[in-house]
Amino acid sequence: MKYLVLLFALIAAPLSAQTALPPAPYANQQIADPALERKAKALMETIRCLTCQSQSIADSNASMAGDMRSQIRERIMAGEHPEAIRAWLITRYGDWVSYEPTAAPILWPLWAAPLVLLGLGVLLLRGRIKRKGRA
Amino acid sequence: MRKLLIWLPLVLFLGFIALFASGLFQPDDRIIHSRLVGQPLPAFNLPAAASDRPPLASSQLAAGQPRLLNIFASWCVPCAAEAPQLEALRAAGVPIDAIAIRDARADVDAFIQRNGNPYARIGLDARSEVQIALGSSGVPETFVIDGKGRIAYQHIGEIRADDVPMILDRLRSAQ
Repeated sequence: MKYLVLLFALIAAPLSAQTALPPAPYANQQIADPALERKAKALMETIRCLTCQSQSIADSNASMAGDMRSQIRERIMAGEHPEAIRAWLITRYGDWVSYEPTAAPILWPLWAAPLVLLGLGVLLLRGRIKRKGRA
Repeated sequence: MRKLLIWLPLVLFLGFIALFASGLFQPDDRIIHSRLVGQPLPAFNLPAAASDRPPLASSQLAAGQPRLLNIFASWCVPCAAEAPQLEALRAAGVPIDAIAIRDARADVDAFIQRNGNPYARIGLDARSEVQIALGSSGVPETFVIDGKGRIAYQHIGEIRADDVPMILDRLRSAQ
């Protein structure tokens, strides 16, 4: 009986698999050249998965993320620049697809925030030092 | 000035509460629209996905008459749910082509057997390459393609019965 249950467990198939096809060739296989793989990996970690929207495609098990990983690895092997692939994806899905902030005007406050905060800090410090000096 | 400044943290706090509350009550929009709407279709040339339908190339979609490009898959449940609506559109004289995503011919054949075949041509996109090139984020999706091969409209999710008049309108305005 125990073996029978085990046998059933072994041949059981998931009821609603996403897709019957095996993953694309480079979805889960690294590029042989470590330098290229590093480039591909860095890009994949900053590309957002369309299916699991809070994950990068490097982290997602969705079949579409696998297809995107494979496509990125193949294009990097073909000599394409990672930023060119990112730009290609952005023309299709918008800035949303990239986790890397761009220099678009809407993000200028984001880039300016550290400088503004630093300036405020300097002002505060100057006020304190002046008061101390008087005391 | 000082007296007013003392209220600043409270005002900020209430501002954040209002922000979070509005986020709680606003329905979350997670739909990612293709940025290619209004632009020409990317070029592709796909093999046949079904035994009794010819393959699909992007050049065939610029045929002078607006048509629908349906992105579906045999393993996708809502794709089966929109089959009657596609059939109604076909009966209304709309040419419909399709791309089957991550599919196999036997599965597409079985899907068509079960749900009917409103498609003129079906291309097989086994590795989602054309889907990504189209800026499509899932299945099912339906693109309205104008006569010159430009994407006029992208419908995300299944076509429900009450979407059919809107799709027909979009086709008419893509003329």
